[in-house]
Amino acid sequence: MSGPFVSLLMRDLKLAGRSGGSAALALAFFALVATLVPLGVGADLRLLARIAGGVLWVGAVLAALLSLDRLYQGDFDDGSLDVIALSPLSLEQVALAKLLAHWFSTGLPLTLLSPLLALLFGLPGPGTWALFLSLLIGTPAVSAVGAIGASLTLSLKRGGLILPLIILPLLAPAVIFGAGAVTAALDHLSNGALGLLSAFSLAAVLLSPFAAAACVRLNLAG
Amino acid sequence: MFRYANPAVFMRLSGVLLPWISGAAAIMLAVGLWLGFHVPPDYQQGMTVTIMFVHVPAAIVAEMAYGAIAIASLFSLVWRHPLADTAARAAAPLGAVFTALGLVTGSLWGRPMWGAYWVWDARLTSFLLLLFLYLGYIALWNAIEDEARAARAAAILALVGAVNLPIIKFSVDWWNTLHQGESIISGQIASIFLWPLLCMALGYVLLFASLWMVRIRTQIVNRRARSLMQRTA
Amino acid sequence: MISSLTAEKLACVRGERRVFTDLVFRVAAGEALVVEGANGAGKTSLLRLIAGFLTPASGAIVLNTDKGAINDGEERGHYTGWLGHQDAIKPQLSVGEQLEFFARLYGVQGTVLPVLERVGIARQRELPCRYLSAGQKKRLGLARLLLSGRGLWLLDEPFAALDTAGRGLAADLMRSHCSAGGMVIAATHDPLGLGARVLRLEAA
Repeated sequence: MSGPFVSLLMRDLKLAGRSGGSAALALAFFALVATLVPLGVGADLRLLARIAGGVLWVGAVLAALLSLDRLYQGDFDDGSLDVIALSPLSLEQVALAKLLAHWFSTGLPLTLLSPLLALLFGLPGPGTWALFLSLLIGTPAVSAVGAIGASLTLSLKRGGLILPLIILPLLAPAVIFGAGAVTAALDHLSNGALGLLSAFSLAAVLLSPFAAAACVRLNLAG
Repeated sequence: MFRYANPAVFMRLSGVLLPWISGAAAIMLAVGLWLGFHVPPDYQQGMTVTIMFVHVPAAIVAEMAYGAIAIASLFSLVWRHPLADTAARAAAPLGAVFTALGLVTGSLWGRPMWGAYWVWDARLTSFLLLLFLYLGYIALWNAIEDEARAARAAAILALVGAVNLPIIKFSVDWWNTLHQGESIISGQIASIFLWPLLCMALGYVLLFASLWMVRIRTQIVNRRARSLMQRTA
Repeated sequence: MISSLTAEKLACVRGERRVFTDLVFRVAAGEALVVEGANGAGKTSLLRLIAGFLTPASGAIVLNTDKGAINDGEERGHYTGWLGHQDAIKPQLSVGEQLEFFARLYGVQGTVLPVLERVGIARQRELPCRYLSAGQKKRLGLARLLLSGRGLWLLDEPFAALDTAGRGLAADLMRSHCSAGGMVIAATHDPLGLGARVLRLEAA
C-alpha cells in the first residue's frame, strides 16, 4: 500500500505548500506570539528565559491549530474525501497520511523556527536544544490530537471555534512535558520530561488514525 | 417497535426508583451535613475544614460522572444502545456543574489557608482541565444538528477524553511536583472526618443519580413530544 | 471481476426521515441501470448506500464477484468508481497533476495522457484546475472514472454541465464500460441512450 499512501501524502504536502502557504502562516503566527509576549511581560531577559519554554510551547500549539480545521474540510467540501475513501487505502491509512502531512507542513517548520525564537527570549544553549528536541518529539502529538478534533468538527458551520476547545485540554500533557524539558535543561536536572513526551506522542500518533477514521466514516454517512 | 421498549422500561423503572433515591440522597446529605458541623475544629484549619465535606464529594462525583459518560459512550458506539446516547448527554451538564462546584469550593477552602483564591495545585488544575473537557463535550453535542451524528461524534470525543484523562492527571501531578506547588489535601484524613465525608459522598452520588434520572426522563419525554408534533403536522 | 449486484429489501433512513423501503433490484455485469425519481426521492442516497458510505437501515446489498459475495459496504467500495455531483477537484493542482494523483491513489501505473486524450482535455494538461469550465471538470471526472479500473460505476447526474459532445462522450464511455463487462448505475433525469433499465424511486 505504499504507492497510494505516498501519493496522498505528497498531494497534501503539495496543497499545503500552494494554498496561500499554510506553513508560512503558522510560522508568522508563532513569531508574532514570541514578539507579543515580551511586549506584555517586559524585556527582562532572565524572566523571559525562564518562561520561554512555556510561552513558545503554547505558541507552537496555537500556531499548529490554525491549519487544523482545513485538514479534512477541504476534501469533504469538494467531494475528494468520497473518492479517497473508495481508494485501496483504509480510512485509518488516510488519517495517518493526513496526520503526517500536517506535521511536515506545520509542526516541523515550527520546530525548525524555534531556535531563532529562543534567541529572542535569551534562552541559553542547553535550553534551546531542549526546546528544539521537545518540539520535534511533541508536535506530532499536536497534529495527532488535532486531527481527531478536525475530524470531529468536520462539516460544522462554526467548527473552527469548537476545535480549540476540544483539543487544547487534551494537549495539556504535551505542553507540560514539553516545557518541562526546557525547565530541566535550564536547571541542569533531568526529570524524564522528554521520555514522557515521547511516550505521549507515540501513543497519540498510533491511536489518532483510528479515532479520526471513525469520525470520517461518521461524516461520510452524514 | 422493539427499540421503544427500552425507553419505556426505563421510564417505568426510574419512576419507581426515583422517590427512593432522591429520598435517600436527602437523608444522607442531611446526616452528612449535621455530622460535618459537629466535628471538632481541625488544629490547623479550624472550622474551615468543613468545606472539605462539600468539596471532596463534588470532586468524586465530577470524575465519576465523566466515567459514566465514557461507559455510556462505549455502549453507544459498540452496542448501539438507544438509551446510552441520551444518558451520556444528560450526564454532561451535571458533571460540569459538580466540577465547577468542586473548583469554587476548592478555591474557598484554599483562601483561608493560602491567602489566595486560586493556587495551581495539582487537583484544582486537573479539575479545571476536566471542566474544559465537559464544556467541549457539551459544545460538540450542541453544534452538530443531526442528533444521531452528534451522538456518535460526542461518544468518540468522550472515549478519547477518557483515555486522555488519566494521562492529563498524571502530567499535572508531575508538573506540580516539578514546580513545588502547594497541596490542599495533605496526609491522612482523621477517622473523625471519615464518617461525615462518606455520608456526604454517598449523598452526592445519590443526588447525582436522581438528577441524572430526571434529566434522562425529561429527554425521553421531549423526544416523544417532538415526534408526536411531527406526526400531526 | 464483478458478476452482479443485488439489493434485497433495502431501506434507507436519513436523519429521522424514511427515504425508501423494500427496494429490490438486480444488475448484472455488462448492464446499465438508470435511477429516476423526484428530488428527495433518494437517488443520491441509494448511490451512497451502494458505494458503502451509508449503511442500510434494513436489508442488504450484495456484490457478487469471482472471489465470492461481498456484503460489507467498505469492501464493496473497493470495487466502485464514483462520480458524484461534486467534482473532487483541487483548484491548485493542474489537470495532469490531479489525474496523476488519482491514478497513483488507485494503484494505477503508467501515464495519464491517453485518458486525457480520450476525454478531450489533453490540451489542458498543464492548466490549473481553477481555470477549467464546468464541462471540462466533468470530463476530468470521467477520466478519473476511466482510470480507476473499477468494475462498478456509480454516477450521480453524469450529464450535468456537459454540452452535446460531452454527453455523447459520457454515454460512449458508459457503453464501452458495459461491453467490457462493467456495470453502470446512474442517477439521472436524462435518458442514457444505453437501452438501460429504469428504476424509479417514489418519495415515501
